[in-house]
Amino acid sequence: MSLTANEAAATVERPPPAARRWTRERILGHALLGLWILLGIGLVAYLVSAWNIDIFQKYAPMYLDGLWVTLTLVGSSLVCGAILSIPVAYGRMSSNRLIATLAYGYVYLFRGTPLLAQAFLIYYGLGTMRPQLEAVGLWVFFRDAWNCALFAFSLNTAAYQAEILRGAIESVPKGQWEGAASLGLHKLTTLRKIILPQAAIVALRPYGNEVILMIKGSAIVALITVYDLMGVTRLAYSRTFDFQTYLWAAIIYLLIVETLRHAIEWIERRITRHLHR
Amino acid sequence: MQDAWTLLSWGPNGWLDDIAYGVFVTVALALATLPVGLLIGFLVALAKRSSEPSLRLAGNIYTTIFRGLPELLTLFLVFYGAQIGIQQIMRLVDPSASVEVNSFVSGMVALGVVFSSYASEVFLSAFRAIPAGQYEGGYSIGLSKAQTMRLVVLPQLIRISLPGLANLWMILLKDTALVSAIGLSDILRQAGVAARVTKHAFLFFGLAGLIYLALAILSSVGIYAIERRVGRQEVAR
Repeated sequence: MSLTANEAAATVERPPPAARRWTRERILGHALLGLWILLGIGLVAYLVSAWNIDIFQKYAPMYLDGLWVTLTLVGSSLVCGAILSIPVAYGRMSSNRLIATLAYGYVYLFRGTPLLAQAFLIYYGLGTMRPQLEAVGLWVFFRDAWNCALFAFSLNTAAYQAEILRGAIESVPKGQWEGAASLGLHKLTTLRKIILPQAAIVALRPYGNEVILMIKGSAIVALITVYDLMGVTRLAYSRTFDFQTYLWAAIIYLLIVETLRHAIEWIERRITRHLHR
Repeated sequence: MQDAWTLLSWGPNGWLDDIAYGVFVTVALALATLPVGLLIGFLVALAKRSSEPSLRLAGNIYTTIFRGLPELLTLFLVFYGAQIGIQQIMRLVDPSASVEVNSFVSGMVALGVVFSSYASEVFLSAFRAIPAGQYEGGYSIGLSKAQTMRLVVLPQLIRISLPGLANLWMILLKDTALVSAIGLSDILRQAGVAARVTKHAFLFFGLAGLIYLALAILSSVGIYAIERRVGRQEVAR
């Protein structure tokens, strides 16, 4: 008797799950997704149909060289910019009016003008000052477009990084400084052991965005005759008039940026472990 | 060698009139891109906060692609891609057709999609800042979904997203410099032509930089005025 009751309980009919209706949103979503899928298939089909082993063998090594130029250029200008950003950030936080104004002017100047204009100013502008530069021995450096790009990018990213650094340091409450001071810690020790670890959590995401922005922004060096990934792409397109050259570049750039974005998210999860439960 | 003031004068000997035309093109392009970018960005943000997973995915693919590509590459993809694409279609009708794509429209489309993918993120985070009670309040007094959006949510949304959008406007203004690469006579291209002809590259590119700086200062004054106006409405509420 109890057995049958159990059986009856087991076969209790639950109400059927509410049928998902084809609302307008759902139709639109599927239509748009279908469009993306079609575009993706179209891209793959185009790349397969346009596959040309001669072009590939000729240009694939050039693309790799271009990729290497992009990555080294961005990497070195980020490092130079980071070093340069420390005095600028210090100046921004200084209580000395003159220093603070100078630092603010620097940041405003480089954040208010296009990177392309800065690169042109340095590459073409300094090119016309050859005699003066030769006199001080700097011409050897500015003769090369790569160096000009490095110089422009470093100055530019220093302005952005200084603001990130300042924002992150100022986001740490003042009590942290005071607490450390009351323990008798030196200011530099406080900065290194107490302030920077807390500031790093705040700064990570903006820093990551800056890296991504630099990777994307570095494409403009193609316009000042540096053969980075974009420069190689332009060269390949002008020689072959084959649109797939641009599509390959797009795929490579997307892969780099997406990899970086996920890496940053991973690092962020990692350094905020103590904040999650 | 002419002196700098002659070069910067208005008229046949100077370059100021040419550069002024460049300023006009730059400002026109930025102003024309803004409404397109805002509208698409808002629609993408709506898609990304929808309860329908496929719509969210479609919106996310859009932002992933256009935030991941360099702006310059997007511009070239649109410019050459549209040229080739339209030419292919025209060839079906008329085999001898040759198409020249307008660089202003290409610039507008490319900058518009980039702007909209960033704007959608700004709108999305602004949507998250509006409590559900605002929607519920709207529905409870009998407003329809569209009316709630227009009368209750949108005014707050604009106020919250204004700082982010102001940032994007500054970025847009700077990104317009890229269209000089596809032959549109903006500030930078006009300055480049002047620099090549007169061999005074430092002068003209420096001037171009100063003009961009002036546009940025002008924009921040305008944005400040708008923010004050919008802020006053909040107080009056």
